[in-house]
Amino acid sequence: MALAPRTVMWWARLRSLCPCAAPRCLPPWLPGGSAACKRLYGSRDKEKLDMSAYPVENIRNFSIIAHVDHGKSTLADRLLEITGTIAKTARNKQVLDKLQVERERGITVKAQSASLFYNHEGVNYLLNLIDTPGHVDFSYEVSRSLSACQGVILVVDANEGIQAQTVANFYLAFEAQLAIIPVINKIDLKHADPERVEKQIEKLFDIPIDECVRISAKQGTNVEKVLQKIIEKIPPPQCNTADPLKALVFDSTFDHYRGVIANIALFGGEIQKGHKIVSAHTKKRYEVNEVGILTPNEQPTHKLYAGQVGYVIAGMKEVTEAQIGDTLFLYKQPVEPLHGFKSAKPMVFAGMYPVDQTEYNNLKSALEKLTLNDSSVTIHRDSSLALGAGWRLAFYTAFMFGTVLKLRMEQVKHFLAFSPICLLSYSVYLFVNLQYVLFICFQEYGKAEITIINPAQFPDKISVSEYLEPTVLGTIVTPQEYIGKIIVLCQDRRAVQKDMLYIDEHRVMLKYLFPLNEIVLDFYDALKSLSSGYASFDYEDAGYQAADLIKMDILLNGNPVEELATIIHSDKAYATGKLLCERLKDAIPRQLFEIAIQAAIGKKIIARETLKAYRKNVVAKCYGGDITRRMKLLKRQAEGKKLMRKIGNVEVPRDAFIRVLKREPDK
Amino acid sequence: LQWPYCRKRCSYCNFNTYVVPAVDEEAVQACLVREVRTLLRLSQVKSITSVFFGGGTPSLASPSTIAAVLEAMAGAAHLPSDAEVTLEANPSSTTTQRLAGFKAAGVNRLSIGVQSLDDVELRLLGREHTAAEAQAAVEAARGLFPGRTSIDLLFGLPGQSLDAWTQRLEAALGLCDDHISLYQLTLERGTALAAQVWGGALPAPPQDLLADMYQAARTMMVAAGFRHYEVSNFARKGALSTHNLSYWRAEQYIGVGPGAHGRFVPRGEGGCSREARVQMLEPIAWMQAVQSSGHGTGKRVMLSPLEQLEEVLALGLRTDEGITHERWGHFSPHLSLEAVFEAPGQALQQQGWMVLDSGGLRCTERGLAVLDSLLPDLLCQLQRS
Repeated sequence: MALAPRTVMWWARLRSLCPCAAPRCLPPWLPGGSAACKRLYGSRDKEKLDMSAYPVENIRNFSIIAHVDHGKSTLADRLLEITGTIAKTARNKQVLDKLQVERERGITVKAQSASLFYNHEGVNYLLNLIDTPGHVDFSYEVSRSLSACQGVILVVDANEGIQAQTVANFYLAFEAQLAIIPVINKIDLKHADPERVEKQIEKLFDIPIDECVRISAKQGTNVEKVLQKIIEKIPPPQCNTADPLKALVFDSTFDHYRGVIANIALFGGEIQKGHKIVSAHTKKRYEVNEVGILTPNEQPTHKLYAGQVGYVIAGMKEVTEAQIGDTLFLYKQPVEPLHGFKSAKPMVFAGMYPVDQTEYNNLKSALEKLTLNDSSVTIHRDSSLALGAGWRLAFYTAFMFGTVLKLRMEQVKHFLAFSPICLLSYSVYLFVNLQYVLFICFQEYGKAEITIINPAQFPDKISVSEYLEPTVLGTIVTPQEYIGKIIVLCQDRRAVQKDMLYIDEHRVMLKYLFPLNEIVLDFYDALKSLSSGYASFDYEDAGYQAADLIKMDILLNGNPVEELATIIHSDKAYATGKLLCERLKDAIPRQLFEIAIQAAIGKKIIARETLKAYRKNVVAKCYGGDITRRMKLLKRQAEGKKLMRKIGNVEVPRDAFIRVLKREPDK
Repeated sequence: LQWPYCRKRCSYCNFNTYVVPAVDEEAVQACLVREVRTLLRLSQVKSITSVFFGGGTPSLASPSTIAAVLEAMAGAAHLPSDAEVTLEANPSSTTTQRLAGFKAAGVNRLSIGVQSLDDVELRLLGREHTAAEAQAAVEAARGLFPGRTSIDLLFGLPGQSLDAWTQRLEAALGLCDDHISLYQLTLERGTALAAQVWGGALPAPPQDLLADMYQAARTMMVAAGFRHYEVSNFARKGALSTHNLSYWRAEQYIGVGPGAHGRFVPRGEGGCSREARVQMLEPIAWMQAVQSSGHGTGKRVMLSPLEQLEEVLALGLRTDEGITHERWGHFSPHLSLEAVFEAPGQALQQQGWMVLDSGGLRCTERGLAVLDSLLPDLLCQLQRS
């Protein structure tokens, strides 16, 4: 729904293309002259493209990967311009970043793709650019985009050099055995040092210096050369139109009117309207309504052929029906599903409860809109004795919570901006939980494995033989002067060093195995603040490891506070318990009775703070002139009381938990 | 009745007062008189029980102004000769001669802003007078208004110890008449003193020390034969302030003068429900309004039955008598005190904060000290009923 106004804007740009642009190879949907200018919007009524003109050997499927802000989106804009896919105007700023939140923040969250047409030495090529997210929290989405490619352009900033995400992205591409074209961007900058970056690339990635292309995407310098390299270095996809249909779903979006639009890469066969197709994952059958390419908005075609990339609309109602990594095939012509598809398992969970239960339905519709377009998060209804009805959000990636959730909530807010309840997203209780695995010994049945999300489900210690916690392998690239502080930070987060390598004389790459719960909330912020923003970080899931986990309760006058119960490593329990108690003491106002604030493991109290009772709280003067002001204040307090969370007889303001859970930046 | 002018602004005061080089007293007097007439007509009040000249520093006004205003009242309504007529006075503007003038004008009760009997504390508060001047002023006042002189004291000043406070109070008890108001210093936004405390230049008094001061004062006052009849007010020999009691009992009152507040039913213009009224704050604007339309009311809000009950509750519980069934019934004929407060009352009663019995609803001694923590729950209860 939110995308509709942008679609219109797109067509406005395409129309303005005719007189001013001089593309090398006119895109086939723009036969030239005024015909294109008459097209407004609504792609169905125009002539469909014939994609059979692009045999497999003339197709290149590639991605651009880069650390955040290294210029990936700008390069994409230039490629689109040179090939005449979009008009050359000053307004072409990161046109692939469709979501408004992406535009506003200059980062890409969801991958968008575009097909480019380029004539090289007399041959017409079809270049499919599959855009990837450029932010630290989105490796998952990067990897799924790469599965549809045969090669990547690895963009590195000529000034900043290799960063953590460059490393992570390189290995994703390397492990997928993709052709890698290193591109050094921003050579126009004053402090650009392409030689140094070329040496880093050679040392770290073992790519010869002379393979690097030095460009300025902003000014367009050498961008043509990148196109030539794509054709020369990246192999065409290995597949055959004569084979049965085999299509990889690598992304999906939701259109309010047309349902799910699945982005697909054809590894064999062809697909067209009327085909009956089956999802290898769900076994559900669909009839194809429309196929086409992305330019970057949807452009219908008669067919899609092996090796091509495009979209299919086939009556899928929910994004979850188009699972990323799923294989589509023709009904009664089953194929071996594509390698590497795993049914995604959620890694991070968040409980979300509206503070005011009357907001439940509003928040519900907002969350539903959010998940429609984003298959990396799903919502399930949940309820808590203490907090009422709410949801459990499951995220299919080990992203760092603080950053991304804020982003995603901004998207929610974005949706809400169309309704009168835009402030809603701020009044929710939100709790992050990880999934833990416990092995439990039952005398009769032997060993059993259970997974735990909610601390309330944490079993008695006696029965558990082993506790496992999720981990990630983190990559940090930093100027060497911060190494000391960063090592201390990592050790404090229970991380184990796996690797340390000088990538040039000033920069170091560190690899650490982190327990996920040590980084999920605020590690990135802490790292950034202690390195004055110079250190970069990326990570990938690294499975589960054994850990000494316990459940810690926080009690107010003996009553457990459900929101603050945590599963925690035993080494951290005392310090965390003490800190939480101290914070709570500051966050809860004095009341008419003394309040004991305690941290407990089982029955054992490990920390305690005491909040003394009010002995005097009455305003001294209250005469004729003071009464109005007094009543206003008292009534505001009375209103505030209604929003307080009652734990036993203790009243806790709604922001107290958030204030308590917010970690201070590490010193 | 509000006299809005002061010679100097005190460091703790955020009232609507003005320090001007020369007051056109004739004009102000004329406006006060005119507004008194207009508002008395509006309210259709037949008989006046008490008059309070507050401020500002009304003792800076001349006795003839006070006389003129009282004459205007007597002309527009019945003003019995034994009606309480209080004037707030500063020790720095209360020579025996002036006080005699006020007495001749009709004032029969004085409230003297002593604030402290220590010169260092008085300087901290930005007062114009010394402890000796305060003492002299009280003695002069007691001579002219025996049994009807009240003094104000402040406690909880930055840096003040419990001992220092009890010594001040001891000295005051040696000096005072039958009425004392003991106010915990409230740091008001926008005052010089608050800025110094919040900026860290002066220490903020700890909560527990303030509670100790309040308790110590109460104990001393009760031992000296005083009745603790309101949070900050003590009286013996029945010398309670009639005027202030009428605020806490939610009776009708008319506010006259810049920034004065009133609560009354404007029957004169056909009104039948109680209104909250505030006169215009700024004296010049107020005067212009009075000159052109007879009164300078800046804001009037009709109070709903619920709002009236909220005021009855919040104010009445400040007194030792609490809210009687009779007064509650006057504002809430259909829903009794028991009907509203039975359930929470029991809990609060068990915890020793409140009493609900045949005398009405009131705080215990302990409860009175934490009334502001009790009120939000009681107000919620009231809204639910």
